[in-house]
Amino acid sequence: MELTPAAEHPHRRTTDAAPIYEDYFVNMGPQHPSTHGVLRLILKLEGETVLGLTPVLGYVHRGVEKMGEAMTVLQFTHLTDRLDYLSAHMNNWGWALAVEQALGIEVPARAEHIRVIMSELTRISSHQLWWGVLGMDLGAFTPFLYGFRDRELINDIFEKTCGARLTMNYIRPGGVTADVEEDFAKDVRAFIDYFTPVIDEYETLVGGNIIFQERTKGIGVLGADLARSLGCTGPTLRASGVSYDVRRNRPYGIYPKLAFDVPVQSGGDSWARYLVRIAEMRESLKIIRQALDTMPEGPVRTKLPPIVKVPPGRWLGRVEAARGEIAFFLVGDGTEKPWRLKVRSPNFSNLAALPEIIKGCRVADVVAVLSTLDVVIPCIDR
Amino acid sequence: MTDNWIWHTERIPPAVTAWLTGLLGPGLLVDLAKMAIVAGILAGFVSLLALALVWVERKVAAHVQQRLGPMRVGPHGLLQTLADGLKLLSKENITPLEADHFVFHLAPLLCFAATFVALAFIPFAPDIQAVNFNVGLVFVLGIGSVGVLGILAAGWSSNNKWSLLGAMRAGAQIISYELSATIALLSMLVFAGSLDFRGIIASQEGGWWIWRAPVVGFVAFVIYGIASTAECNRTPFDLVEGESELTAGFHTEYTSIRFAMFFLAEFVNMFVVCAISATVFLGGWMPFHIGNLAGFNRIADLIPPWAWFFGKTMLLVLVFMWVRWTFPRLRVDQLMNFEWKFLLPLAFGTLAVASVLVTFGWYFFPG
Repeated sequence: MELTPAAEHPHRRTTDAAPIYEDYFVNMGPQHPSTHGVLRLILKLEGETVLGLTPVLGYVHRGVEKMGEAMTVLQFTHLTDRLDYLSAHMNNWGWALAVEQALGIEVPARAEHIRVIMSELTRISSHQLWWGVLGMDLGAFTPFLYGFRDRELINDIFEKTCGARLTMNYIRPGGVTADVEEDFAKDVRAFIDYFTPVIDEYETLVGGNIIFQERTKGIGVLGADLARSLGCTGPTLRASGVSYDVRRNRPYGIYPKLAFDVPVQSGGDSWARYLVRIAEMRESLKIIRQALDTMPEGPVRTKLPPIVKVPPGRWLGRVEAARGEIAFFLVGDGTEKPWRLKVRSPNFSNLAALPEIIKGCRVADVVAVLSTLDVVIPCIDR
Repeated sequence: MTDNWIWHTERIPPAVTAWLTGLLGPGLLVDLAKMAIVAGILAGFVSLLALALVWVERKVAAHVQQRLGPMRVGPHGLLQTLADGLKLLSKENITPLEADHFVFHLAPLLCFAATFVALAFIPFAPDIQAVNFNVGLVFVLGIGSVGVLGILAAGWSSNNKWSLLGAMRAGAQIISYELSATIALLSMLVFAGSLDFRGIIASQEGGWWIWRAPVVGFVAFVIYGIASTAECNRTPFDLVEGESELTAGFHTEYTSIRFAMFFLAEFVNMFVVCAISATVFLGGWMPFHIGNLAGFNRIADLIPPWAWFFGKTMLLVLVFMWVRWTFPRLRVDQLMNFEWKFLLPLAFGTLAVASVLVTFGWYFFPG
């Protein structure tokens, strides 16, 4: 195989400086221990310093949007799980919102409560995984196993009710698939009681570590303006000092009735993103407790017509997923299938910040900042 | 009860010599036979040591992480490392096409030889030491630095960008931290007044230097501990092979027995630095005695010297492992800042204070 000299590399022109043969190009990924899936980053290095970075996407492109146009709106629900597999419930919910708006159906109150509890549990489990992986990316292996240990409990709760642990396909247009399992409330309460002190343990093990703080403070600073103009959402945006949360700013479900804070940090660095996510776990626990306390009895699903036809028109279902705002844009033309379907991925916009904020950092920081941006590649590539 | 060769290991070498002389007659043959025996013992010891240390590391890691670790192969997974070793040996030995073959094959040998030779100078018990050398400590420090040559050679010859990056880090890191480690040891040597391991141990008859040299002993101990962690490429200084950044650093392209040699060298190296630390700061095989408490001292003497040595060394090894499974990794610039702006000045300060203390005899039980 002919090797392409670094300066003639096809992606060479995407980085800024004038072509110099001494430029040291390194491929981080698509097979690399810490790119969290099949992401490829082309790094331009000078020694350990990163001069430029180009993400190369598309390694797990499955054509989800085009596939959605070939199937009915109800069939598409199960593909949404496979976008950002760590916020499967929220993805389901976003799609369900779009379809419910299109069909003009109401969701029973019990289903709304279940949706909130499931989504917030998903948010916690996603942040647990993020926390563990962040530790591992910074060279500490132990947090990874702690994160997975606690995530297991949430997976068990999901498994009992939904029958699956990762791609649950539980929230459907019109409600949820089936009522929760009878021990559900007990299990969730037990989890809340268990996990509340564990967050403090997380903070002692990782957040309190001087090396961790040194590695994250002031690294990968994402300014509020840049974050807004790139369309960053979720904890990444809130760590840059912008208080935007779909649950609060464009409320859906029963979120307006629930009391919770939207954690905001002004630093914009990796440390701020860490703090926001840790705080979000606590807030999610609060939300779950309220939703459990107020959960009514009743049906969990509105009956849908046997053949669901999407009326002509456009609808947007947007929810706050674990990584930011995920939105499903649905264009109907009176048939059972969407005429056009577009997924707005929070990860794509968040990853867009990486090349901007990584310049001048070290190779090790690429891993750390990528980890605090917390991207899930299948959601980017779709 | 304590009057036999288990407690008085200094009786073993003369006995062996006498036996060999009887067998082979006096002359060169006896010396050659002794060399062969010692080499065999050391090689066997290294293999066993690596097996044991890898197992201990995996168990420590597992228990820190609330797991059980290896449990299937042998009781409590004791034979797991052996199985893994056999598996490694049976793997294909790959040399990358574009690699510099000679250097690529030489590198693991260099790494391994460096740590193996260092082991020959460590006194495990009275007179149980392969080579007695009047500047043994200097030699061990010197030969330890050859290991970094192996790492550099491995990274350079692999023709892999990540390997090269790892090797560059290794060069910068190990050479820098060697300074602190050496100076920390030096500040104890001014107390001990000897570069010979035997002399260093003999000087601690009245008490271990870690406490007999007021404060500086402990400071130097900590400095040496930190610096030697960096020398062994262990967390929080494992930048050389930082998995999440460099995939595997300098040994990314190595497979089979060559990888096993790097792996072995790493663990043996950890044992060597802990052994040096135990010898210089904690009295080597010297039992722990408290002044005139004859009863306590007699009980301490019941434990044979080699057990004291291994106990102290393994305690330090366990601390290394504990740190590894708790801490995240430093970044390369932070690593350099820490060494040159903090650790090295501190080490120099310790050396200066130590010299003053020795000059005026301001330490416990001088002379």
